[in-house]
Amino acid sequence: MSDRAYVAERILPDEEPPAASIGFVGWLRANLFDGFWNSMLTVAAALILIRFVPPLVDWLFLDAVWGDAPPDACREAAGACWAVIWEKHRLILFGRYPYQEHWRPVLGMAILITLVGFSCNRANWRAWLVGAWALGLAAFFALMWGGFFGLTFVPNVLWGGLPLTLLLAIIGIVVAFPVSMLLALGRRSHMPVIRAICVCYIELIRGVPLISLLFMASFMLPLFMPTGVNIDAMLRAQIAIIMFSSAYLAEVIRGGLQAIPRGQFEAAEAIGLGYWKMQRLVILPQAIRLVIPPIVNTFIGLFKDTSLVAIVSLTDLLLATRQAVSDPLWRAYFVEGYIFIAIIYFCFCYFMSKYSQYLERQFYTGQTRN
Amino acid sequence: MRLTGLAVAAAALLGVSGPAMAGATLDAVKERGAVRCGVNSGLAGFSIADSQGRWTGLDVDVCRAIAAAVVEDAEKVEWVPLSAQQRFTALQSGEVDVLSRNTTWTLTRDASLGLHFTVITFYDGQGFMVPANLGVDSAKDLSGAEVCVQSGTTTELNLADYFRANGMEFKPVVFESFEESKTAFFNGRCQVYTTDRSGLASLRASDAPNPKDYVILPEAISKEPLGPAVRRGDDEWFSIVKWVIYATIEAEEYGVTQANVDELKANSENPVVQRLLGVSGEMGKLLGLDNEWAYRVIKQVGNYGEIYDRNVGPDTPIGLDRGMNDLWTRGGLMYAMPIR
Repeated sequence: MSDRAYVAERILPDEEPPAASIGFVGWLRANLFDGFWNSMLTVAAALILIRFVPPLVDWLFLDAVWGDAPPDACREAAGACWAVIWEKHRLILFGRYPYQEHWRPVLGMAILITLVGFSCNRANWRAWLVGAWALGLAAFFALMWGGFFGLTFVPNVLWGGLPLTLLLAIIGIVVAFPVSMLLALGRRSHMPVIRAICVCYIELIRGVPLISLLFMASFMLPLFMPTGVNIDAMLRAQIAIIMFSSAYLAEVIRGGLQAIPRGQFEAAEAIGLGYWKMQRLVILPQAIRLVIPPIVNTFIGLFKDTSLVAIVSLTDLLLATRQAVSDPLWRAYFVEGYIFIAIIYFCFCYFMSKYSQYLERQFYTGQTRN
Repeated sequence: MRLTGLAVAAAALLGVSGPAMAGATLDAVKERGAVRCGVNSGLAGFSIADSQGRWTGLDVDVCRAIAAAVVEDAEKVEWVPLSAQQRFTALQSGEVDVLSRNTTWTLTRDASLGLHFTVITFYDGQGFMVPANLGVDSAKDLSGAEVCVQSGTTTELNLADYFRANGMEFKPVVFESFEESKTAFFNGRCQVYTTDRSGLASLRASDAPNPKDYVILPEAISKEPLGPAVRRGDDEWFSIVKWVIYATIEAEEYGVTQANVDELKANSENPVVQRLLGVSGEMGKLLGLDNEWAYRVIKQVGNYGEIYDRNVGPDTPIGLDRGMNDLWTRGGLMYAMPIR
């Protein structure tokens, strides 16, 4: 009756996909054994992991000496000597700050970190945040210096370890950021003198390594001062860090400014905004949004660059660790000391990196690709 | 004032000595109530912060002794840790009153950096350490050896000079850091390790897997006399630092220790001890101090032998015998000028 060769009279039930393409096996095939070369790579990587991971785990955890142990216990153990951290953690974290007073830098750091955490929330980006910072920093310095309410005075040559690193980095970022905005605007200014000053500053500072700025600040400056008059070493290093970072940041922000189409400037002018209002309300918010990744890049660099102040004998986290591991009883375990501070540095840098990704998600709503 | 500063800077750069400012340092120290002392930021046995962050070491105790004599309290010291490059600038610019930072006394430094070395507190010299099973007992047998050495120090220079002067070949294996170089040596990367003999002794005592497997060869290939330095132009302060150190050496020679100083002060019939401890004579007054200056030094810090034993002696991890640093009466080089 029908001249058709085949008529489907019922809909076939869905077949399960082949066993080899679903579930764990399917995932393996798709991701690890996708063709000859990928399979070879997987096998090679697996061999390398098998060769190196178990000994590493043994060294780091299983054979390691934990807690309060004498150096002799470490000599006998095959693994890492975390006892050195136990013994020296106060020196590493707080440098030569008086031992009985360590609660003060702890509290001080808590204030700094709270301030930073608080400022990370966009809802708090209001004018009063500046006041909160002024208050918080004043509390930090009051706590660290002391000299009132029965707190002993601790001169800042004794500050060290993590509080010093955080202080240099946070003040560096907080001050360098606005300075760099002014520099970036100055470099694009139509006023020749301002432009020349900004260009000279940026090119000069960018043209020398941070280390040479620190050297200049700590060796040349004192020679030009009258005998007995000294600018505080910490302040000198802090200024060098701010000068250096602001030059770099200025170029990053200028990159963002260059990307703003001319129409935005014209539109801002057309609705009657003056120069500062135009920059503040229209141009900078768009420009900075575009350059969040390189800005955070510079901040992370700045954070790690604070370790260079060890060269001018400020006892930052790195130098405090070096002091801790030059103790002849413990100096065989310097690797453990460096691993410990590497973890600390990583935590802070990773936080900054994650925060920048959060900001990008917040701001790039109209420009994301996926 | 600023012009003076410029002149000092120019003078320092040109290698001329600084201007004279007699007596100013003592007044400044007394007014401040503390001695500003430049120390190494971390060298075991000489100046190092312990686990509680307190400074210990031989160079550090020298500063404590000065503070005990001048401001009557050995703890009244403001420590200024200095890097090797920073140290002379810090002294020239007045950032520190005394530089007690394992600094070798050489002609160049004495004559061109605007400073005066006072008294040697530690005689050191560069030496060699080899594994015992190498069967070498003199540096003269080291021809052709691979030598582990830290870069950028005079150590490297002395090494080359010594081998060239003796017509021997060597292969330097150079490392940037102390940790790298010592690890390389103990792993057998080279047969010889060279640094100052005090450093070798502590390396052998604290870092060698088994100290008996390593020997320090008898030759010292350089002289490294270490001592505190002060700024030029303040002779009064120069004398004070000098005599504080002499007082610690004199005290050891006459058996005055931290433990018996009170008893000797009350009972000793020895005129030398009486003058030292201010019972008779006006020794302190002549220095611009009070007559109990040396008594306080011994009481609070100890005599030279005690300072030595506490920081670098055989019972410490550094484990150094007195050797050249023994008193002249026992065949060493420590000889204090008479306090009279």
